[in-house]
Amino acid sequence: MSTYHRLVPNTWWLQRRPYILFMIRELTSVFVAGYCIFLLVLVYKLTQGADAYANFMAALKSPSSVVLHLITLVFVLYHTITWFNLTPKILVLYRGEDRIPQGLVAGIFYAGWVVVSIIVALLVLGV
Amino acid sequence: MAKSNEPIWWSLFSAGGMVAAMIFPILIIITGILIPFGLAGGDPLNFERIHTAVSQNNYVKIIFFIVISLPLFHWAHRFRFTLVDVGLKSISTLISILCYGGAITGTIVSAIIFLKI
Repeated sequence: MSTYHRLVPNTWWLQRRPYILFMIRELTSVFVAGYCIFLLVLVYKLTQGADAYANFMAALKSPSSVVLHLITLVFVLYHTITWFNLTPKILVLYRGEDRIPQGLVAGIFYAGWVVVSIIVALLVLGV
Repeated sequence: MAKSNEPIWWSLFSAGGMVAAMIFPILIIITGILIPFGLAGGDPLNFERIHTAVSQNNYVKIIFFIVISLPLFHWAHRFRFTLVDVGLKSISTLISILCYGGAITGTIVSAIIFLKI
C-alpha cells in the first residue's frame, strides 16, 4: 500500500503572509552566518599585521560595506525579535503551581538583551 | 526508536541563535554604523588595542571563538530545513553534510586562527 502525498509546490511559502514571514525568519540565518564570516575575516586580518588590518577597517567606511551592514542589521534584528518571542514557548517556567507568563519571560530576555548590548558596546569600544 | 543526533544539532542551533540574538545587533551597529561614521570617538578598534586584547587574553579568545562558531551552527541547522522546505528534500542528506560541514569547517578555521594569533 502506498501512502497518499499531496503535491505541494515549492513556492508554497509565497501563498500566505505568515508563511512569508516564516521564510524571512528562516533566511535571517544566512545573514547571521554572513556576519560570522565577517568576524572570522576580521580576526584573520589581525594575524596578517597592522597594515592588512588597517586596510580592512578602512574598507568598513565604503558605501557597500555600510549598506551590507544595514541590510544585515535589519535581518538580524528580525532574528532577535522572533527569537525572544519564541523563547517563552520553549522555556516553560513555573513559580510553584503557576506558569510564569510568557510575556514576562520574553520581557526578561529583552531586558537582558539591552544590558548585554550596553556591556558589549562598552567593552568593544573601550569607553 | 533509532538513535538520533538531532539533540546535538538542536542544542548548537539553540545556543548559536541565542548568541546571535543577544550580541550580533550591537556588533553590527558598531562595525556598520559607529565605526564608519566616526561616532565611536578616536579609533577604538585600532590594531594595537584589538590585537593586544585578543592575543594576550585567553578569555577574550574563547569568547570571540564562541561568538563566531556557535551562530554558524545556528545557520547550519536552520538553513538545512529551509532548503528542504523549498523542495530540496531529495538531496536532504547532501544538504545536511554541506550545512553542518560548513559550520564545522568555520569552527576549525577560527580555532586555528585563534591558536595562531
